[in-house]
Amino acid sequence: MSAVLIAPADVAGARRNRSWTLLAGLVLVGAVLLVALLSLVWLPYAPADTTGTRLEAPGGTHWLGTDKLGRDLVTQLMIGARIALVVGLGSVAIGAILGITIGLTAAFAVSWLDDTISAALDVVIAFPVLLLAMLIVAAQGASLGSVIVAIGLAMSAVVARLTRVLTKRVLGEQFVTAARTSGTRWPGIVVRHILPNIWPTLSVNLALQFGVAVLAEASLSYLGLGAPPPNASWGRLLQEAQGTVITAPVGAIAPGVALIMLVIGVNFIADGLRDVADPARKGSR
Amino acid sequence: MTLLSVTNLGVHTDAGNPLVHDLSFDLAAGARLGLIGESGSGKSVTSLAVTGLLGAGLAATGSVLLDGVQVVGAAERRLVPLRGRVASVVFQEPLTALDPLMRIGRQVAEPIARHRGLRGTALRAAVAEALAEVSLDEARIGQAFPHEISGGQRQRAAIAIALGSRPQLLIADEPTTALDVTVQAQILRLLDDLVDARGMALLFISHDLAVVSAMTREVIVLSSGVAVERGTIDRVLSAPEHPYTAQLVHSARGLDDMLGTR
Repeated sequence: MSAVLIAPADVAGARRNRSWTLLAGLVLVGAVLLVALLSLVWLPYAPADTTGTRLEAPGGTHWLGTDKLGRDLVTQLMIGARIALVVGLGSVAIGAILGITIGLTAAFAVSWLDDTISAALDVVIAFPVLLLAMLIVAAQGASLGSVIVAIGLAMSAVVARLTRVLTKRVLGEQFVTAARTSGTRWPGIVVRHILPNIWPTLSVNLALQFGVAVLAEASLSYLGLGAPPPNASWGRLLQEAQGTVITAPVGAIAPGVALIMLVIGVNFIADGLRDVADPARKGSR
Repeated sequence: MTLLSVTNLGVHTDAGNPLVHDLSFDLAAGARLGLIGESGSGKSVTSLAVTGLLGAGLAATGSVLLDGVQVVGAAERRLVPLRGRVASVVFQEPLTALDPLMRIGRQVAEPIARHRGLRGTALRAAVAEALAEVSLDEARIGQAFPHEISGGQRQRAAIAIALGSRPQLLIADEPTTALDVTVQAQILRLLDDLVDARGMALLFISHDLAVVSAMTREVIVLSSGVAVERGTIDRVLSAPEHPYTAQLVHSARGLDDMLGTR
C-alpha cells in the first residue's frame, strides 16, 4: 500500500478522524464488554443477596448503593451489561442473517415476488419495533430468548429492505456485467462482488441496529415485557428505580448512564466502521 | 468454422422500441471486425447481445451462434461456459468495470483461477505474468484498489482480466474512449499486439474512425441500429456509399482539420 497514488495528507486526516470515533467507540463498548465478562467470574455480591440496607446511598460497602430490596446496584449493573450485550449480539445476528437472506432473495426475484416481499417488509416496518416485539413476547411468553427473537425479527425487515436496495444498485453496476462476461456464476457474483460492496453500508446499519436493539430491550424490560426478574436488565433497573427516583436518584441514573455509554459507543463504532470497511472512501476524502 | 455468426439480430426494448435491426455478420477465428457508429447506434447493445448479457427490459431476436452455441434465448447455464472461455469483453470505462472494493491482483486472478484451474503459487505466477503482459507491475498494481491507479493502468488491468481466461474472441467496446489521447495510442498498440500474438478474433466497437482504422480492416457502419454500410476501412473512408457514412467521414475530417492534426 506504500505505492498508492493518494495525497498523504488526505489519508492522514481521514485516519485521524476515523481512529478518533472508532477508538472512542471501542473504549466505551470495550468497557461494557469487560464488565460483562468480569460478571461471569466475579460479582461484589450474590445477585439475590438482599442483606444490604434498603436504598442505601453510595458508599464503601455498596459503591453505588442498593435498590429498594437491599440488593447491591453494582452487581445488578454488571449482570445488566451481560444481558444488554447478549440481546444486542443475538438480535443483530438474527436480524442480519434473516434480513440479508430476504433482501438478496427480493433483489434477485422476478418482479411479482420482489413486489410481494417488498410490500410485506413495508408492513412489518410500519409496525413500531416495540409493538411488534410486544406481540411476539405476548405470544411466546416473556423470556430473554423471546425478547432476542422479537427484536431480531423486527430488525430483519429493516435490514432486508436495505439489503434489497443496495443489492439492486450493485447489480446495475458495470463491474457485475464485467464479472459475468468473464464467466462468473451468480453465486460467485453474490459472494465476491455483491456482499463486499453492500457490506460497508450494511455493517454501519447493523452497528446502529445493535444500539436500537439494546434500547428496545431496555424499553421492553421497562414495560415489564423483558426478561423475567432474576435477570437484572438495565431497563428493569430503570423501571424499579422509577418510584424512588427522587429519594435515591443513583438507582435510575446509573443504569441510564450505562445504557447511554453502550449505545453511544456502538454508534461511534458504526461511524468508524464506515471508513474502515470502504477503501474507496480513504482516497476520496 | 466461424467463431461468431450473427444472423438477422434484432434487439428491442420490452416496449417494442428497436435498438438493433436485422444485423448480420460473421467473424472467423483470428479475424477482426470493426463496428462503427455514433452514440446510441446500437453498438454496445450488440456486444451485450453477443454474450447474452442484455439487461432487464431488453430482448434479442434472430440468431447469434457463438462457437456453435445459440446465444439468443439461451438459458444462463448454457451461456456461462462460453463467457470468458470463448469471448471476453473490455468495456469503455474501466473505473466502473472494475470492482472498487477488490484489489486488482484478485480481480485478475479470478478468471485465471476459474478457466485455467490454477491455485496457490501457480496462480500467483500466472497473475504476475498476466499483469506483466499488459506492462503492469504485480508488486505495485496487484495490491492496489482501482481508484488508486490511473485510467490507463485500469484499462490495462481490465484487458489483463479479459485475456486471463484465454478467450478466442475479444470484444472491445470503446476501450479507449475514456482515456486521453497519448494513453489511447498505447492501449491500442497493446490490444493490437496481444490479439495478434494470441491469434484471437477481435470485434472492435468504436465511434472513432481513426481508432477503428488502426485496429481493423473490415468494418460495419451502424446507424440507428441498422447496418448501413460494410467493407474495408479504406474503401469506406475514401468512397462512402451511404450518406450517413459520408457524413461520419466528413465530420471526422472536419474535426481533424479544425484541430490541425494529422
